[in-house]
Amino acid sequence: MGVAMSEEMLRVENLHVSVEGTSIIKGLNLTIHRGEIHVIMGRNGAGKSTLANVVMGHPAYEITQGTIHFQGQPLEELAVFERARAGMFLSFQYPAVIPGVQVGTFLKKSVASVRDDPPKGRAFRKELNGAMAELEMDKSFLSRYVNDGFSGGEKKRLEILQMLLLKPNLALLDETDSGLDIDALRIVSKGINKIAPEAGCLIITHYQRLLDHVKPHFVHAMIDGAIVKTGGPELALELEERGYDWLDVAA
Amino acid sequence: MSEEAFEAVGDYRYGFHDPENATIRFDKGLSEQVVRDISALKNEPEWMTDLRVKAYRHFEARAMPDWGNCNLLESINFENVTYFLRSSDQTEKNWDDVPDDIKNTFDRLGIPEAEQKWLGGVTAQYESEAVYHSIREDLEEQGVIFLDMDTGLKTHPELVKKFFGTVVPHSDNKFSALNTAVWSGGSFIYVPKGIHVEMPVQAYFRINAKNMGQFERTLIIADEGSSIHYVEGCTAPSYSTDSLHSAVVELIAMEGAKIRYSTVQNWSNNVYNLVTKRGVAHKNATVEWVDGNIGSKLTMKYPSVLLKGEGAHAEVISVAYAGDGQHQDAGAKVHHLAPNTTSNILSKSISKNGGRSSYRGMLQVMPKAFGCRSKVVCDALILDESSRSDTYPTMEIGNSTADLEHEASVSKVSGDQLFYLMSRGFTEEEAMGLIVNGFFEPFTRELPMEYAVELNKLLELEMEGSIG
Ligand SMILES: Nc1ncnc2c1ncn2[C@@H]1O[C@H](COP(=O)(O)OP(=O)(O)O)[C@@H](O)[C@H]1O
Ligand SMILES: [Mg+2]
Repeated sequence: MGVAMSEEMLRVENLHVSVEGTSIIKGLNLTIHRGEIHVIMGRNGAGKSTLANVVMGHPAYEITQGTIHFQGQPLEELAVFERARAGMFLSFQYPAVIPGVQVGTFLKKSVASVRDDPPKGRAFRKELNGAMAELEMDKSFLSRYVNDGFSGGEKKRLEILQMLLLKPNLALLDETDSGLDIDALRIVSKGINKIAPEAGCLIITHYQRLLDHVKPHFVHAMIDGAIVKTGGPELALELEERGYDWLDVAA
Repeated sequence: MSEEAFEAVGDYRYGFHDPENATIRFDKGLSEQVVRDISALKNEPEWMTDLRVKAYRHFEARAMPDWGNCNLLESINFENVTYFLRSSDQTEKNWDDVPDDIKNTFDRLGIPEAEQKWLGGVTAQYESEAVYHSIREDLEEQGVIFLDMDTGLKTHPELVKKFFGTVVPHSDNKFSALNTAVWSGGSFIYVPKGIHVEMPVQAYFRINAKNMGQFERTLIIADEGSSIHYVEGCTAPSYSTDSLHSAVVELIAMEGAKIRYSTVQNWSNNVYNLVTKRGVAHKNATVEWVDGNIGSKLTMKYPSVLLKGEGAHAEVISVAYAGDGQHQDAGAKVHHLAPNTTSNILSKSISKNGGRSSYRGMLQVMPKAFGCRSKVVCDALILDESSRSDTYPTMEIGNSTADLEHEASVSKVSGDQLFYLMSRGFTEEEAMGLIVNGFFEPFTRELPMEYAVELNKLLELEMEGSIG
């Protein structure tokens, strides 16, 4: 590590979130700096997606206590699209289908609205082609409709393609590895490793196998809306082997 | 369109109007004399005068349709309509000769540019008559006739007499009677055997005067094995009083011929748009209606196809956008009169800000029309609680060999879709615009590119300033 403290990307303090009156996140703390890869693991229903959605600004969730800062700025006043334009990115667990909107058009417009100095015309196409080649995606993707009739793996690849093109400072990846075969996992990991050195990464996963390809700096165990244990890569192995019950006692 | 002009008209980009310099303007209101005067002014053959008068009498006697939006229909004041207005003494072939004020209007609408770039021919109708008309020389050399209807009647009287009113008789409905009585302008097209007109031909209809009635009449005949694509666009200024547009379109596709008729109707929200469109498809012929309804106060339009010859095919793709104060009552009618005929109907509608869109469809299979196939899909997208969408499908199936599919869906924009798009940097309005354009995509992709781009822009504009 260098001498200078690297820049803070995300700071979540004492966060409490509820949806329709039910409390889901209960006092969560998390800080991510540029260049750091954090992994969150936890059972289904622990509140992992809720955390990612809340950070991105999903309107269904209510923050009842606590704060979220992105690059030192409080987020509460920022609309979802402003967060995206500020450099935040969420790779969805279940990306939405947008019928009739071609991937190519969508990517071009998205890049134009998010990036400060968006590449245009030939420069954009060159960058797009490069990113698609890296993710081993066929050109035919571009004329398909966004996520319409996509397999699980295709959806995740499109999420990663967007991440490469939008060049975020903070990437939240919600179960991007779920349902991928070995090849797809390798390709998706390549995408993550590409942006990771310049961004803060929060990877939500159930599986240690992603960590064969992506080396996290921190692994957090989340139970019932809070982080109950933080460790290094070895914690991921332990969680996958032992499950979460042993932590319930601790919590 | 200039910035100032845009500011002056607000949301509706074509709402500007130019000074009205009529060379002949009839008094408002309708009578047998008005009908006779229109015919006399045009020096028409006697049979046409007689037909007009007969149609006028039918119009007088005929009740309003008892479906659609009856309240709105009843509010039409036929006495307050100007039935004929001539704004230029002749139809010019040379753009430079069109009177300046009219030229200015069409320049602003981008018509001459479009002609240079991608059209095989253009007719521009201003109020009651065509003011400009041109066709590519190569088409003319191949014997393709593309004229405004008035000139068509003058130069090809036998052809017109043979086909005029054979597909849509004056007695079809009250508005076809009205059109037959007072028609003026429209297009007359004949494509000779085996000729394929590769570039679309376009008609542009512009109402400029207040309380104007536009009653164009279009007749397209595609002879055996030929094909043509006709595109029409329509706009009008936004006056506080109503205008009436009541056209009749007749298409005749002879054996093995193909006619595609595309419309992007973007009338201002004070126009009643009551149009009868019908095509006949003979053996192995195809008639396609690609029909987009964005503007108008009330549209009632059900493009229809009579599948008269064995193996004929009908395709109707329509979209309707109903915003504040608008009712789009649109749909399709297909009549399978012969065996082994096929049809596809796709209807998509969007309702927003209290707008109402209705799909009204008719699918008929005659008892002896065996082995027919038809698929009808109706999708409605409702953007807010105050808007409305209805479906009124009618099926009359005369034998059991028909293979029919009918699907209908009503949907709303999901919060997940909006969140997804907004997380990619789109504002809520932009996200809505994308979703709406995507919803209409099966229609838009059928349009010439220039129209598709224009339509997408229009819809994006409609999504602006409406969320909050
Ligand atoms: N929009 C929502 N409406 C209602 N309940 C929700 C919503 N989002 C999440 N929840 C509930 O919150 C809990 C946590 O969900 P989630 O964050 O998706 O968990 P995880 O991603 O860890 O599996 C679950 O009980 C889930 O049902
Ligand atoms: Mg989840």
